[in-house]
Amino acid sequence: MKSYLRFTIPLVIFGVIAAFLFKGLNMNPREIPSPLIGKSVPEFSLPLLEQPETMITNKDLLGKTYLLNVWATWCVSCRAEHSTLVQLARTGKVDIYGLNWKDESAKAQSWLRQLGNPYVANIFDKKGRTAIDLGVYGAPETFLVDSKGVIHYKHAGPVTPLLITETLLPMIEKLKQEG
Amino acid sequence: MTLRGFLFSLIWLFAAAATPLSAATLAEYKFDDPVMKSDFRSITEEMRCLVCQNESLAGSNAELAVDLRNEIYDMMQAGQTKDDVIRFMVDRYGDFVLYNPPMKPSTYPLWFGPLILFLIGAILLFRTLKRKKQSQETTLSDDEQQRLESLLKQPSNSKDVSK
Repeated sequence: MKSYLRFTIPLVIFGVIAAFLFKGLNMNPREIPSPLIGKSVPEFSLPLLEQPETMITNKDLLGKTYLLNVWATWCVSCRAEHSTLVQLARTGKVDIYGLNWKDESAKAQSWLRQLGNPYVANIFDKKGRTAIDLGVYGAPETFLVDSKGVIHYKHAGPVTPLLITETLLPMIEKLKQEG
Repeated sequence: MTLRGFLFSLIWLFAAAATPLSAATLAEYKFDDPVMKSDFRSITEEMRCLVCQNESLAGSNAELAVDLRNEIYDMMQAGQTKDDVIRFMVDRYGDFVLYNPPMKPSTYPLWFGPLILFLIGAILLFRTLKRKKQSQETTLSDDEQQRLESLLKQPSNSKDVSK
């Protein structure tokens, strides 16, 4: 018994360490788990991008499952994901709200005119204070929120067609059935 | 360069490397209370900038780091304690924002793993050494023992052979 233990114990230890390291190889250090999953969208009261005199609050978003997409014109990946969002909006499967983050209003509006506007409405967070409450650390970020205002999922980085079909749409369907 | 001079320059080098880079980024924050000032410094140095993950909140020039520093400064000026600020940050960014991970069930492997591995290693080492000692004591049969004794009794002619 002892002679084979001598070989199996180091082998098992090696296997465990190798498995952890291999997992680590495929992990993205930029994907930080959000502590906001399962919590409500933080309270805010901010102007709309296109109508700065009108304020929108977190309560105005209640009642429907929606995506909250954090974007800015200075963000290169946002440009990359924009056409995907426009296509998703066209399907009419889910409402997308934009949180325009630390941006300039004129630039943001001309961006929407040029590239298309997938958003039901755009929340203009000039100072980035609501973004901090949402734990945003880079744009783009996308939150999936249910009709009661609870965050169910967060994606950091550009939204891809694969993410939509594999992850977002199934979750949206489930939330719609439940609520 | 003398060895002494070399060692001195080495010490200077390390001292320079250890000086926090935050001196410039934190200078603009004024506190009346020196305790608050040191709290502010320790909070921002113990927190990770989420944009440049290898920089602390104190040392980073990323825009988000500046915003968060301002936010923390405002909170402290409004009378919030160090714990309030830490809770505020962890609620939004998770434990990830802390360089010093908290002790809780999900981090037990992190805290105790090395100790457990060390203990396993120590036990294995101890057992192996013990077994080796035992096996050495018992390997000689009676014949071998006799031969060993006769060899030891012989005058040192073996030396001559080796020469």
